[in-house]
Amino acid sequence: MDIVIGLEVHIQLQTNTKLFCGCSTNYRDSKPNKHTCPICLGLPGSLPKLNQKALEYGIKAGLALDCNIADSMQFHRKNYFYPDLPKGFQISQYDSPLATEGTVELSNGKKIEIRRIHLEEDPGRLEHPAGKKQSYVDYNRSGVPLLEIVTEPDMSSPQEARDFLRKIREIMEYLKIFDGGLEGSLRCDANISIEGGGRAEVKNISSYKGAEKALNYEITRQKNLMRRGKEVKRETRHFNEEQGITKPSREKEEEHDYRYFPEPDLPRVTISKEKIKEIEESLPELPDEKRDRFQKEYGLSQDQAESLTTSLFLADFYEEIACQIDPELTATWVADTLKGELSYRGINLKESNIEKEDLLFILRYLKEDEITEKGAIKVMRSTLDENKKPEKIIEEENLRSISLDEISEIAKRVIKENPEAIEDYRQGKEKAVNYLVGQVMKETNGRADPGETNKLIQKQLEEID
Amino acid sequence: MNAKEIVNEIKRGEKTAAGFLFECKNKIEKKEEEINAFISLDLERSIEKAKEIDKKIKEGKDVGKLAGLPIAVKDSITTSNFKTTCGSKMLEGYHPPYDSTVVSKIKEEDGIVIGKANCDEFCMGSSTETSYFGSTRNPVDEERVPGGSSGGSAASVKYGANPLALGSDTGGSVRCPASFCGVYGLKPTYGQVSRYGLIAYASSLDQIGPIANSIEGISLLFNVISGSNDMDSTKVEEERGGSQIELSLNDLNIGIPKEFYGEGVDEEVEEKVKENLDQLRDKGAKLKEISIPSMEYALSAYYIVAMSEASSNLARFDGIRYGFKQKMNDNWEKVFSQVRKTGFGEEVRRRIMLGTYALSTGYYEKYYEKALKVRTLLKRDFEKAFKEVDFIITPTMPFRAFEIDEKIEDPLSLYMADILTVPVNMAGLPSLSVPCETNGLPIGLQIIGDSFEEDRIIELARKIKEE
Ligand SMILES: [Zn+2]
Repeated sequence: MDIVIGLEVHIQLQTNTKLFCGCSTNYRDSKPNKHTCPICLGLPGSLPKLNQKALEYGIKAGLALDCNIADSMQFHRKNYFYPDLPKGFQISQYDSPLATEGTVELSNGKKIEIRRIHLEEDPGRLEHPAGKKQSYVDYNRSGVPLLEIVTEPDMSSPQEARDFLRKIREIMEYLKIFDGGLEGSLRCDANISIEGGGRAEVKNISSYKGAEKALNYEITRQKNLMRRGKEVKRETRHFNEEQGITKPSREKEEEHDYRYFPEPDLPRVTISKEKIKEIEESLPELPDEKRDRFQKEYGLSQDQAESLTTSLFLADFYEEIACQIDPELTATWVADTLKGELSYRGINLKESNIEKEDLLFILRYLKEDEITEKGAIKVMRSTLDENKKPEKIIEEENLRSISLDEISEIAKRVIKENPEAIEDYRQGKEKAVNYLVGQVMKETNGRADPGETNKLIQKQLEEID
Repeated sequence: MNAKEIVNEIKRGEKTAAGFLFECKNKIEKKEEEINAFISLDLERSIEKAKEIDKKIKEGKDVGKLAGLPIAVKDSITTSNFKTTCGSKMLEGYHPPYDSTVVSKIKEEDGIVIGKANCDEFCMGSSTETSYFGSTRNPVDEERVPGGSSGGSAASVKYGANPLALGSDTGGSVRCPASFCGVYGLKPTYGQVSRYGLIAYASSLDQIGPIANSIEGISLLFNVISGSNDMDSTKVEEERGGSQIELSLNDLNIGIPKEFYGEGVDEEVEEKVKENLDQLRDKGAKLKEISIPSMEYALSAYYIVAMSEASSNLARFDGIRYGFKQKMNDNWEKVFSQVRKTGFGEEVRRRIMLGTYALSTGYYEKYYEKALKVRTLLKRDFEKAFKEVDFIITPTMPFRAFEIDEKIEDPLSLYMADILTVPVNMAGLPSLSVPCETNGLPIGLQIIGDSFEEDRIIELARKIKEE
């Protein structure tokens, strides 16, 4: 059975000020209704004024998604009543959007068509404190610029939908117009249908994982209905993230008539060819381009390059170290070791204690055999957990590698102290060597190189013969 | 004495601002109770302000172009010092936290806003009878309406409360009361004056304009409010000449559009306007009959555009942030419905409902889109006309001021009153109503000019008034 999924993604643009006024967009750490003015409160007589930065960011996004940017665009009013909507309408775009016809390539190589991209304002936020009969409205978010990205129904699994969202996040973060780490900065609605059934529109998805969860739930629900020979109705459903289920919407959204008409307070916005060209020339390298370059320039595998480009911060972190030391060694240590340690701790690189200089220091020591691989991992863990500089950790924990001469001395002593091991070796028990290596490692607190130690012990045992 | 002469005397110290304000105060005390031109008044603070200006002048400091002039501002225009109700119960007790751009400009030029003038509720009306705060009476004949919706502004100027006032004009709301009260009223080109702070009725038609008892007053106040501003995206940023316009009647072609005369226009009104036209011809101007064929659809198209935009502009009044509140223990839908039912008057509710209908799916193309097409046609007709003539002259209103309660029960006949003014708003053009009857009930003559030709219109009005 074919599954058809289309997404409407809303991302908050990281401009300093709101879409139509000069208020700060930083609503998350503020007291309610602190960042408001007559415009974003919709006070009688106030008028919107387009934030040129938001327009520029929108054009950037459009170009990065390979869209056609419109010569001119029009804002429309979307009329509906809700307490978080101070004007009784949302300024959005309708039949003359900012950009159309783009594409995004998924990890599996599939191309997803973008139907349109437009700018609109975020409404305020309602709060329903537990145990209280009233609700409260906070208009700090009112007027924050949103970019709506609408896809064609080109995805055929929840995994693809999740991958699409991840790609969008990556690209928008590379453009430095979006911060996917902020709560509520990405929200989406999903259309999903299974061949032969009606289409459900799932609203209120507010995370990447949520999208996959909601869609999986919908597929199971729709399949179950079909299996029982029941009709899958065309309807709007609401996703409940905590319960992981979708429910039919209480408000009959499909019956809404938004009475769109051109926003008379904002004249048509013309976008000159020169402006588009200027922005196009200033576009940074995008994730796919970077991934290809990393493979070519640093000889990385596709998996490594993919893993190292999932965020701009990570990619920059890698590249700055790779330029100063062995790029392949760096790739292994960043893509495998460091990312593994971070995901074990459930944090991302940006939030962690480790700095570029720290990893560079560790890798330099490793390369010069000043520490062992095991030691390097130990240093990395302590840097992450204790926020100490690697140099200090190596000193305090006595992790510096020891010389071959020293190992040789210790090996001699260990062999002498274990005559039964010599006997075992003579009888052909290879395990005896491993035992002796283990003893050396124990004596040296893991600072001895296990390979070298092994060689040394074999040589010494043969010499005893 | 006109506003310019008063300012000059104040500046020269021949007259004090406070002294003049006391003169106005006397008139207000004598007439205001009868006329009801104001929703709010603050004479005490105004006198204080006048004294400050006098002090500045005495100390030889610079003062602005409106130094010490008392000005009434229509209550559809936001002021931080006065509550701003727009004539509605919905905004009873609403104190805006900011000044509209025009009011800031008046304050910068040392004008004194003495109070807020009465108007039809949300500017919807042509008689100031739909105001929640009671009708304003026409100072010329108190049994009659002052026109609307800026009726309080025109009446206050007429009875001498202030030489200048601000109104707002969506389909004739400055020119109609100017015509009925026998004063001057200018509707500037769309985009000439910032609308920031004007409570929107129909955003694509609204424009703030000056009302005065003299041409000099119109010119003075218009120059102050039309300056640059970056808060209104529909404002056209264009440096205005400012230099004296020279106009020779011998070179002028005046257009007489046949659709604006004849049927529906009161005979005496038409006669009076034609008398003035004849005088212009005698002074050298050439008169030319022209045609605005799309005039036929102008009124219905106007009401569709205006009501549609109004239905959206007035959606913000839900009783949860400011203005009228309803204490109810119920859910949001019930509360805001009740607020809108109780807070809006009948005419406002009617226009919101009609506008909502016109924008609905399935009707949008039939009404709104078609109305926009008429608008394009009107613009084209006027453009064509202005290739042949320099100005167009018509009556402002098809009749003189009617009696209070005469038409209020019949909305259609009231809508018809706007027939000669709405085409100008639809085309975005400037026009000035000039009083042209010196005896009895006033009659207004409307001069329509090409876009941004306010200064030339004002100059032509001077010529008309020259003996
Ligand atoms: Zn704001």
